[in-house]
Amino acid sequence: MSASDDVVIVYVPRDSAAKSVGADAVAAGIAAAADRPVHVVRNGSRGMLWLEPMVEVSTPAGRVAYGPVAPHDVEGLIAAGMLDGAEHPLRLGPTEEIAWLRDQTRVTFARVGVVDPLSAEDYAAHGGLAGLRRALSLTPAEVVAEVTESGLRGRGGAGFPAGIKWKTVLGAESELKFVCCNADEGDSGTFADRMLMEGDPFTLIEGMTIAAWAVGASEGYIYVRSEYPDAVDTLRAAIDTARAHGWLGKRVLDHDFSFDLFVRVGGGAYICGEETSMLDSLEGKRGMVRAKPPIPALEGLFGKPTVVNNVLTLGSVPMILADGAEAFAAHGVGRSRGTQVFQLGGNIAQGGIVETAFGITLGELVDGYGGGTRSGRPVRAVQVGGPLGAYLPTSQFDLPMDYEAFAAAGAMVGHGGVVVFDDTVDMAGQARFAMEFCAAESCGKCTPCRVGAVRGVEVIDRIVAGENRSANLKLLNDLCHLMTEGSLCAMGGLTPMPVKSALAHFPGDFGTTTEEKR
Amino acid sequence: MPILHAVMEDMGYVDPAAIPILAEELNLSRADVHGVVTFYHDFRQTPPGRTTVRICRAEACQAVGGRTLEERAKTRLGVGFGETTDDGAVSLEQVFCFGNCAIGPTVQVDERLYGRVSPEQLDHLLEVTA
Repeated sequence: MSASDDVVIVYVPRDSAAKSVGADAVAAGIAAAADRPVHVVRNGSRGMLWLEPMVEVSTPAGRVAYGPVAPHDVEGLIAAGMLDGAEHPLRLGPTEEIAWLRDQTRVTFARVGVVDPLSAEDYAAHGGLAGLRRALSLTPAEVVAEVTESGLRGRGGAGFPAGIKWKTVLGAESELKFVCCNADEGDSGTFADRMLMEGDPFTLIEGMTIAAWAVGASEGYIYVRSEYPDAVDTLRAAIDTARAHGWLGKRVLDHDFSFDLFVRVGGGAYICGEETSMLDSLEGKRGMVRAKPPIPALEGLFGKPTVVNNVLTLGSVPMILADGAEAFAAHGVGRSRGTQVFQLGGNIAQGGIVETAFGITLGELVDGYGGGTRSGRPVRAVQVGGPLGAYLPTSQFDLPMDYEAFAAAGAMVGHGGVVVFDDTVDMAGQARFAMEFCAAESCGKCTPCRVGAVRGVEVIDRIVAGENRSANLKLLNDLCHLMTEGSLCAMGGLTPMPVKSALAHFPGDFGTTTEEKR
Repeated sequence: MPILHAVMEDMGYVDPAAIPILAEELNLSRADVHGVVTFYHDFRQTPPGRTTVRICRAEACQAVGGRTLEERAKTRLGVGFGETTDDGAVSLEQVFCFGNCAIGPTVQVDERLYGRVSPEQLDHLLEVTA
């Protein structure tokens, strides 16, 4: 082999999901067992999480993937000629040709898994900074217009048009403005924010810098949940590198524009993913939800005009500026433009990141990409949009993933998380859990949420026990209505969504009563 | 909060005796600092066990047997969530989501995350810590 004398580049993800199934040991094993010089790059994950740890080897014909590689497989792989891309039962073929990955439209996640997350050179070589350079050649108002035209909507769940939010902040008079990134991704079944921060942190930094230029902000904060220590470390290291390269600081890319960025770590409170609660937490207070108005765009962090956007929203901005609004808006359907990063989790055979245009159906995601359940049993229910999202039965698998279609079906796309359950799931138990979770995580400011959730658990228990069932079902409906209409924020306002959808689609799980049996 | 995280890192918990000192330094009332400490799940006010085991209780992990792990850990350790074994060896805590939802159920032992944890592997993890 002619390549034998050269250093072989091997990629083993540093993503915390890959590490949770042994990527560190695999990386160490390869370095120790290799029969020639190897350079192990710890990249992000390609998002095919059921194949983790997935090892890639750089060959003259491109990168070749192997997975899932357990630490004890390493010696056999090396002996079989993995470093030359040779055959092996674990060989998956050229990475780019794996159908699951090939059929996606990677925009926000274009670099994740491809580059070394902390290499500034890699970032620039893969199209990084093109968006920021273009933005700095435009006026702030032009940048805002571009983002508005792209149709980008907040990826955190609410789906508010990003351009309109930015325009409000741009128009606000203030010496000091902020850009805050909401990286308190607490929804179960969502992990795209984490994978972007761990796999391509410079994209987020670039997106925030563009936002700062567009609205006239000089300071930014990334609020990361404490459950993501690897993301925190990666971001901090990337910010240091960005400062050293002049991508952040007094003169960004040698322009008359100053912007600096800091990471703040949350305290394990789910509610801090709500934007006003996050702002209170950033100010060092209890993460209590604020009443709106005033909106954060006018009175946000420390009372100053503030852009608050989710990781994926800000992470989509560099591409929009680099390739233009039209390229982004060309993807998607109706008022849901661009791509969405869907996350398949729970009881799923092939879980991971599916970035594709809006409009794909739920069934295509779960049965197509996901390959059904991991347990091999039939799918019974799917929860879309996190703990506050609706439970849907398989009869709704033809529902297209777009904000409006989901809202019309009494559900929400949210942050794009899809959690699959097989036929062993007890939906009354899941409904009870939704209330229990709300009771544990409520900030306590408003009564419908703080007290309603506790009462909700009690009422569901009574219904399942068959106690005064009709009356209690009516009570639960009343309670859900009150929480929906009377809560300050989405925590109390949306907790009824999983409860009511479970009740509507799976009434049999809530027991039957003597009244009904007659 | 960065200060409280630093205290947690150094001491493992926020000693209630530290609250007046922090309040004085930050020019806040003791109630303000106490309020913040008690609001966030991360800040505990008692010393933790030598090892902390965290189990994910969120929906994605429930879908793949997370609830079995919860019960098994509680039974084996003889403590509930938020408690520490009598010998001070292990603190058991609940977490809602580590963002490892495609390859759950997920358990964290101190700083190390484990995915696809089977009941047998949980037993093994608990044995090593005990």
